[in-house]
This record gives sequence, structure tokens and C-alpha cells, in this order.
Amino acid sequence: MSPEINLEEQFQARIDAGQKIEPKDWMPEKYRKTHIRQISQHAHSEVVGMLPEGNWITRAPSLRRKVGLLAKVQDEAGHGLYLYSAAETLGISRDEMYEQLHTGKAKYSSIFNYPTLSWADIGAIGWLVDGAAIINQVMLTRTSFGPYARAMVRICKEESFHQRQGYEIMLGLAKGTPEQKEMAQDALNRFWWPSLMMFGPRDEDSPNTAQSVKWKIKRKTNDELRQQFVDITVPQAEFLGLSIPDPTLQWNEERGHYDFGEIDWNEFWQVVKGNGPCNKERLAARVDAWEEGAWVRDAAMAYAEWKEKEKIKKAV
Amino acid sequence: MDQNLYNYLLMLGDNSMILGHRLSELCGHGPSLETDIALTNISLDLFGQVRNIFQYAAKLNDQESSEDSIAFLRNERQHYNCILVEQPNTDFAHVILRQYLFDQFQLLQLNFLLQSKDEQLKAIAAKSIKETKYHIRFSSEWCKRLGQGTEISHNKITTALELLYPFCNEFFETTEVEKEMMERGIGPNLEELRVQYFDNVTTLLNEAGLSIPQTPFRVSGGKHGRHSEHLGYILAEFQYMQKTYPNMQW
Ligand SMILES: [Fe+2]
Ligand SMILES: [Fe+2]
Repeated sequence: MSPEINLEEQFQARIDAGQKIEPKDWMPEKYRKTHIRQISQHAHSEVVGMLPEGNWITRAPSLRRKVGLLAKVQDEAGHGLYLYSAAETLGISRDEMYEQLHTGKAKYSSIFNYPTLSWADIGAIGWLVDGAAIINQVMLTRTSFGPYARAMVRICKEESFHQRQGYEIMLGLAKGTPEQKEMAQDALNRFWWPSLMMFGPRDEDSPNTAQSVKWKIKRKTNDELRQQFVDITVPQAEFLGLSIPDPTLQWNEERGHYDFGEIDWNEFWQVVKGNGPCNKERLAARVDAWEEGAWVRDAAMAYAEWKEKEKIKKAV
Repeated sequence: MDQNLYNYLLMLGDNSMILGHRLSELCGHGPSLETDIALTNISLDLFGQVRNIFQYAAKLNDQESSEDSIAFLRNERQHYNCILVEQPNTDFAHVILRQYLFDQFQLLQLNFLLQSKDEQLKAIAAKSIKETKYHIRFSSEWCKRLGQGTEISHNKITTALELLYPFCNEFFETTEVEKEMMERGIGPNLEELRVQYFDNVTTLLNEAGLSIPQTPFRVSGGKHGRHSEHLGYILAEFQYMQKTYPNMQW
């Protein structure tokens, strides 16, 4: 038996025993690469996710809502920071990760390629998108890679606050004037299917699942998570008095779950491939912020170096 | 109603509100995640101050009013902020310098308000001043970074300084309302703050390797409701929901 195989067996045994893998521990190259990919894409999603909601900050309808939304979008920036830091422990720099995002090499969650067209979309995103994210992320609090699991614990607390805030916006609209209710229904209509898409392809089209289960990145399959989301969300929509845009949606007594319709997989893959309603704009906004910020980052670096030299001069 | 105190509160609130709005436009577009978070934080603090001030103003008002009716339902001529704070986010240098020039004034003003004869205002100042101290640490550090950083950053902040500095005199042009507030011990003597302000600004600019522009101060009018053309567009966006869907709860 080669020493490499031995190491890999020991490694898997540690994961199986529920131990956390830390950055300095030995790990198979594939484990490292997979985690860099997944954590950085997660970080990019947090950061790109600031854009659709940021779109309504300047037009928020009340001071209370404005402050709530600003704080939420700021939290997402914070999530981006923790996750980039977690990925950096695996030996990739933040600049490299940005580079991958800007060149399209790294993906981010497709949900953020849909436009926010009314204030109600801010409610719908909090309720559905943060809601779907929580389901994924609660699972990830127990993943095998320590820094990722710990980042998730911090992030999940804030995400559930976001979800409640979004639901509360929806509740206000649903119980408001007919115009407000219509706005809420329209937002649900547009965000329902993209939210279901957040759980990824069907299990039979998701080749990575077995490996991910072994490393505890995944404890449930995409379809199981999607089902869980539907089961939680349908009663919430009923409580709002809004209808889910799926005529086939129905409680299945036998399964103890809701049956629901088929996702438009053509749309799903189109958005993944970059042809969604806002892919170009989202990426352009990130690239612009980065490029226009270059002189600022250079200045900060030059100033820090200058300060350092001054300090040494004084010491001498 | 105490009309002069009410109008004074609008002046205070509008400065924070319009600057808070300008900063909120940047959320998600900052040059780095860290600066994005910091600028959003300042925006959040400013809107927090606005809420405190307008909630107090709403109580003073005899007519039915609320923080939101005050914030969202006035026209351009009924806003009393200084013109500096409505200047656009041309680039990061403009954002930082605008912030510093405001923070320096706000700090001196809040310092006085800590001893205001108006108890409510005193309480609001006590809370706000901690935030403002943090804001000015951020903005003055960045002024130095940009001023002493690279040739490009130095040129950019110099351009910003030439545009923005001439607006600063407006802080100290005492209106009738402010005169009365001073006489009642509610608001500061702005002439006294002026000296301190320009001393502090000059010191910081020197540290940042920048010199005071020789451009004369601009004719102003923000505190009388005469604004730059920017404000109308800010309000069109800021008031969009309240104007399109009047009388609704959100
Ligand atoms: Fe998040
Ligand atoms: Fe969130």
C-alpha cells in the first residue's frame, strides 16, 4: 500500500468520525480544490447577491425599511468576507478568486441573475431566497472543513433574521391595499421557480453528489433539499393568502410531502450558461467596481508602504 | 408649534438624510468589500440619526406627521441641507472628501449639542457623536491615504478638493433660525465653530499633503431651500414609492 493511500484512508476515517479538517491538516488535492471552488462560489454569491437588493435601497418606501435593507445587504458583504477568508486558508488569494469571478471561470448562484422589479421583490427575496439559502447552509454547518462549517454557523444566524424580515415585508403587503397585495403576488410569481432552481439540477443530473456526501459537504441530495423547501414554504404562502404559481402543487398524503411541478430546466441551464435576464449586468457591475477601485487599492498599498518606511527611518 | 426648533431639526436631519442617501447609492459598488461595508455603515448611522431627529420633529408638529411623512413628502424647496452633501459620488476621492468635510463640521456641531438646552437634542447628540467620531476616523485616514498614496490618487483628491471645498463656508452662514437657536442655547454659535473647523481641516489637509484651494467660496442657499440641481433627482428616487403609492403602510 502506498503511503498516499494510507493518508487518504486516515483522512476519510477522521471525517467519518465527525472530526473537522483544518487548513494545516493533510488533505487530498481533490478535497482542497473542491472546497476552494465551492467556498469561493459561495462567497461570490454573497457579493453578487448584494446587487439585486441594492437596486432598491435608494427607493425603499420608509426609513425603517431602508435601514433594514441597508443592514441586510451589508450583512451579505460580511458573509462574502468570512467566506473569502475561509477559502484563503486553502491557499488561494482573494484577488485570484475575484479574477475567476470576473472572467466567468467561477460561478455564483443563478438566482441573482433575475431582476428586482418592485419593492415586493425585496420581501420575496428575503423570504424565498434567504429561506432556500438557509436550508443549504444549515446542512453545511456540519460539513467536514472546519473554517467553512464555522463560517456557516455565523452566517446562518443572520440569514434567518433576513428571512424573517423578508417574510414580514410580504406579510405587510399581503395584508395591505389591493395594489400592495398584487405587488406581492407578482413578486412570488416571478421568484418561485428561480428559488426552486437554487437547489441545483435533479439528483440524476448531479454527478458530484456521492463524493460530496462522503466529505459531508452534502448530507441531503438536491431533490431532498428542494422538497424540504417546498414543504416549509407552501404553508407560509397560504398564511400570506398568496398563491404559488404551480397548478400541479398538491399535498400528497401518502408521501407526507407536497407534489410539485417540473422546473423549466431549459431556463435553468440558460441562466447557468450566462444567458439569464441580468447575468451581463451583474458581472459588469462587479468588474466595474473592481476596475474603478484599482487606483484606490493602489493608493492604500503605497501609503502603507510609505508609512512603514517612515517608521523604520524614525527607528534608525 | 415651535416652528423655529422644527425647522432647525429639519436642517440637521436633512444633512444626514441626503448624505446617507448618497452613500446608500454606493452599497455593493465600493472599491473593496471592506470600504463597501464601512460606507454602508456610515449611511446606516446617518439614517439612524435622521430617524431620531424626525421622530422628535414629528412630535413637535401639531399636524399629523411621522418620521416618514417628514422624510418623504417635502419638495425640493422644503429641504434645508447644505449643498455639499448632495454632491454626487463622482469617484471615491469625492466620496471620501465630502465625507470628511461634513464629518468635521458634524463633530463640532454635535460637541456643542451635547450641552444643548434642548434635552431631546442633547440625548440625540450623545448617541450620534460616538458614531461621528468613528466616521471621521475613517474619512480622515482615507484622505491621507489618497493624498499621500500615488500620483493618481493625489490628483484625484486634489480635483475633489477644488470642487468641494468651496461649499464648506455654507455650514457657518447663520440663518435666522440658527441665530434664534443660538440665543436660546439650543444650537451652537456657528461663527465660533468656523475658526475651529478651518483650523482642523487645514491641519488634516496638510497631513494629507494637500493645500487649501485658493478658489473663492460659493454662493450658497441650501439652508434656505435653494439647492443644486442634484437634489431634485435625489428626491425623485428617494420619494419614488411614497409618491407612486401614497398613504400606504410598508
Ligand atoms: Fe448571506
Ligand atoms: Fe441573507
